[in-house]
Amino acid sequence: MKYMLMMHAPKEGWTTAGIGTWPPQDIQAHIAFMLDFNRKLQASGEFVDAQGLAGPEEAKSVRARKDGTPDTDGPFAESKEFLAGFWILDVEDSARAYQIAAQISAAPGKGGVPLNMPIEIRQVMSAPPAEL
Amino acid sequence: MATGFEHLLRELAPQVLGAMMRRFGDFAAAEDAVQEALLAAALQWPSDGVPDNPRGWLIHVAARRMTDQLRSDFARRQREAFLFLYDVGGEAVEPAAEEAEQDDTLILLFMCCHPALTTSSAIALTLRAIGGLGTGEIASAFLVPEATMAQRISRAKQSIRNSGVPFELPGEDERSARLTAVLHVLYLIFNEGHTSSNGAELHRTELCDEAIRLVRTLHGQLPREAEIAGLLALMLLTHARRDARTDAGGGLVPLAQQDRSRWDHDAIAEGIALISATLPRGAVGPYQLQAAIAAVHDEATSAEDTDWPQIHALYGVLMRLSDNPVIALNRAVATAMVHGPRAGLAELDALAADARLAGHHRLDAVRAHLLERAGEREAAIACYLAAAGRTASEPERNYLATQAARLGESQARPGATPMSIPTPPVRRHR
Repeated sequence: MKYMLMMHAPKEGWTTAGIGTWPPQDIQAHIAFMLDFNRKLQASGEFVDAQGLAGPEEAKSVRARKDGTPDTDGPFAESKEFLAGFWILDVEDSARAYQIAAQISAAPGKGGVPLNMPIEIRQVMSAPPAEL
Repeated sequence: MATGFEHLLRELAPQVLGAMMRRFGDFAAAEDAVQEALLAAALQWPSDGVPDNPRGWLIHVAARRMTDQLRSDFARRQREAFLFLYDVGGEAVEPAAEEAEQDDTLILLFMCCHPALTTSSAIALTLRAIGGLGTGEIASAFLVPEATMAQRISRAKQSIRNSGVPFELPGEDERSARLTAVLHVLYLIFNEGHTSSNGAELHRTELCDEAIRLVRTLHGQLPREAEIAGLLALMLLTHARRDARTDAGGGLVPLAQQDRSRWDHDAIAEGIALISATLPRGAVGPYQLQAAIAAVHDEATSAEDTDWPQIHALYGVLMRLSDNPVIALNRAVATAMVHGPRAGLAELDALAADARLAGHHRLDAVRAHLLERAGEREAAIACYLAAAGRTASEPERNYLATQAARLGESQARPGATPMSIPTPPVRRHR
């Protein structure tokens, strides 16, 4: 079963308490944790994809104008959270997906304290359909 | 044009041969396969154009030829599977007698489907070691990166080595449980392939073919095991409907609306003969009963001719053998066909208390269908939408959402009559 795990970070404090405000060794520890974590997922045969997203400062929302040309809007100062990155994993069951999400959630932050970030989990539509 | 094309083939031929050698190790057979691939290119490319990735195209065709050839050469493939699983490398293996080789396949199957492995690992290892599929093919069938699948297979091999399971058939005491595990893995491989929804259609049909081939091999070696025969019949009778199961746009076509002339009638005849010969022998199990139900569907010349009382009775027996609530859900459909939608809905109400079905989209989907048949359109729409929101299958979600939309449209038109069987959406006239 495939799941998408989305890591949301609070936008407020991105500049006042975000990763850029941590001591360098804490940033290093956080990055090392994530790299090591992905290596473990690759080794366990569960890894499908993982990407980190660029910061929300340049985020844009696009709609088509009547003539089909892009109408760009943003960035959006008012949104409370932003998507910082995601994983797509192929795991045995939902319990395993929750277990992995909890480990990501506890990634080390400032001073090595677990961040306990919220990780949103959604099943990827890949189940075989039932005979109707 | 023609010269550039020939030059390309000459340049690619050794690369493709190298790839075949790395993958299969048999020089003579690899060379034959590459020659066939080059011939196929010479025949097809002038009319179809040179593919975007000509090297990949040639490797794919050559690998298919190799696989076909290996399949026809049973004994060699078994030795290769053995070598693969135990990493014996180039060590010479004593050519075994025919019987011993057949046992080897069986032992390999029991090992690859060992209960110590997760089901996804067992599936991957079975396809690689016994099915002879390449890691890349398995990865693309399951839509994961090749590196991930390679890792999964390598870990599975490791677990088997670490578990210390001897290379021999399981003893009498555990044989039945181990056979159940083998059949479950083969059933899951078939189920994974039994959807043409996800892009990699070719590979998914291959999974069905591979599962059928493996169960057929198993049945050939253990012909007295009724559940093996039952599973083979079930797969044949289900796979026979594959072409009618989706429309041109990839949408799901429910059983009642399938064009039965598109069913594979040879496969149906084989499946029916097999299950008819197996059932009277006693020791009835869940796969045989599911095959019997599939046979009743496949025998009907039209949806209206389906012998629903018999299907209802078979589900009753199945429920006594298995505690799976999805079976009870399916029986509620049969109840509705025999005793009317209200009787089916009453069975669903009793089932709704089962915690295992809480939030299960099939409960809502079946309820929606029966509510529609009972003429309760508003409630049916709500249940179709609830089911659409819960399924993890994209074609099924599209189907369920379309059912809700179709009912909504027929409701908006004054004088529209409730439809008992799902029909295509009616265009609203303004």
